[in-house]
Amino acid sequence: MNIVVLMRSVPDTVEELEIDGSGKALDTQWLRFITSESDEHALEEALILKERHGGSITVVAMDAPEIDDALFAAYAKGADKVIRISSESRNVLTSAQVFAHTLKDISYDIILTGVQAIDDMDGQIAPFLSSSLNIAYLGVVTGLTFDDAAGTFSVKKEYAGGLRGEFILSPPFVMGVQAAEKPPRYVPVAKIRAAMKNMAIEEASTDIQPSSNIEIRKMYKPVVLGRAEILEGSPQEVAERLASLIAEQGLLGVK
Amino acid sequence: MMKDICVLVEHQRGKIADITFEMLGMGREVADALGYSLNAILLGNNVKGLVSQLGIADNVLLMEHEALSELIPETYLQALNKINDERDSEVVLLGYTNMSMGVGALLSSRLGIPFINYCKNLKVEGGKILATCVLYGGKVEAEVSSSQDKAIFVIYAGAYPADKGRADRSPTIKDISPPSFERKVVFKTYIEPEVGDVDITKQDILIAVGRGIQNKENITLAEELASELGGAVCASRPIIDQGWLPMTRQVGKSGMIVKPKLYLAAGISGAPEHQEGMRGSQFTVAINTDPHAPIFDISRYGIVGDALELLPLLTEAVRKKKGG
Repeated sequence: MNIVVLMRSVPDTVEELEIDGSGKALDTQWLRFITSESDEHALEEALILKERHGGSITVVAMDAPEIDDALFAAYAKGADKVIRISSESRNVLTSAQVFAHTLKDISYDIILTGVQAIDDMDGQIAPFLSSSLNIAYLGVVTGLTFDDAAGTFSVKKEYAGGLRGEFILSPPFVMGVQAAEKPPRYVPVAKIRAAMKNMAIEEASTDIQPSSNIEIRKMYKPVVLGRAEILEGSPQEVAERLASLIAEQGLLGVK
Repeated sequence: MMKDICVLVEHQRGKIADITFEMLGMGREVADALGYSLNAILLGNNVKGLVSQLGIADNVLLMEHEALSELIPETYLQALNKINDERDSEVVLLGYTNMSMGVGALLSSRLGIPFINYCKNLKVEGGKILATCVLYGGKVEAEVSSSQDKAIFVIYAGAYPADKGRADRSPTIKDISPPSFERKVVFKTYIEPEVGDVDITKQDILIAVGRGIQNKENITLAEELASELGGAVCASRPIIDQGWLPMTRQVGKSGMIVKPKLYLAAGISGAPEHQEGMRGSQFTVAINTDPHAPIFDISRYGIVGDALELLPLLTEAVRKKKGG
């Protein structure tokens, strides 16, 4: 079974995000990038499948600052091959086209990627690939089980309120993973260092030009209405003040 | 033919989801401003009985088939494709929900129509629809329009009052015959929610923890406060995904919708997906190190600080108050 995992980087929202001079985009100068969280879950689910059923994992990532670290980490965790696509594009529409183009040269049975990313304004990778590769799709996936005898997968998808659905399908397909069955594994730094010495990231490139079919008129930090009253003082003081406010609401529990 | 706006009706187990009425209300405003008609697209099996709830729409485009019993994105895509062949709609609105996840992007990709995600509202300016998109977990917003006349918008739940999308009128039903479906994905069964030790939807007091709690052991700090206040601990998605608390404690889009008297959010930034689950809380207070965290926008009081430091202090302060 050939499993392909697709990864994109997104701005780390732990850092302050600033808007650039055009007023229509993030100021990338100070951005720190991390792998989109649900892409990490897609990788974990791939590793779980490989442990259970064998096969190989190819991780394909769009180039971005620090992406090499993520790719070496993926290799250290158990990926067999890692590919970096050089591309300047950041929008999802173009990224999907670039992924689709790259996948023409890669053999796959199943493609896993994150269900969505925090910058998915103009598209979502998995459904876009489903269309362009003409393969089945399911999103908000939280687990896949392979039935060797039948050659089919049973896939769990989340709804709301804890309700889930189970679906049956055959490869090839592309899934948007919400969460792996287990949290993404930790990999020791020593193993990542060993990966950096022993393996090479393959490079892929395309001549697909960035394009967009939406128009961003402006980008801004939200104007806040009805914002919380922020309590000021030492930690001790604000804690006591908050306890008083909770008491005023009649919400102090009485045991 | 009159141009139109189509809203995909979202329903599960015989019940129409509130997001549908929110979209219909919003769609009605936009349709009226542009002089378009408003259509509700109802796909399913034996769902004709739901039509009477969709009176705010001018037309209900109804397609019934056994293959449409459950919302499988690809099957829905084939149905929507057929409807598009017959109607050529300008604008399609879909809910930002787990159920319809992917339908908009599939349709966009198949028809070459721009896809605009994460919309919290729509307005009309100069004959064009402008969407406000919530990005980067609520840290940034953008005003966006389609480069074409057509567009597919995906709308956040809670973006518009659902009650304004209900009306006591009878819409015109337009039956549309189903295509011959190619079924790559088959629905097998529902997996009912696990029954947990605590039903967080029934709690008056909830101490909610998020990424800021840093590790599993620190959840004890929230449990101590919850116990002092007579409440329970719940969490945002990352805590559940880490396996630190069971799914039954999850608040948000995939988890539970809670409306407690007190919701204390500790180390939760307040992304839209989380807000969806706790927006109805009566008294919300938040502790977060980031003064710009969106959680402060929907809280009555806030403390900019480290939840790990503040939770024990707060527990102690509550204990003292109760004693005095």
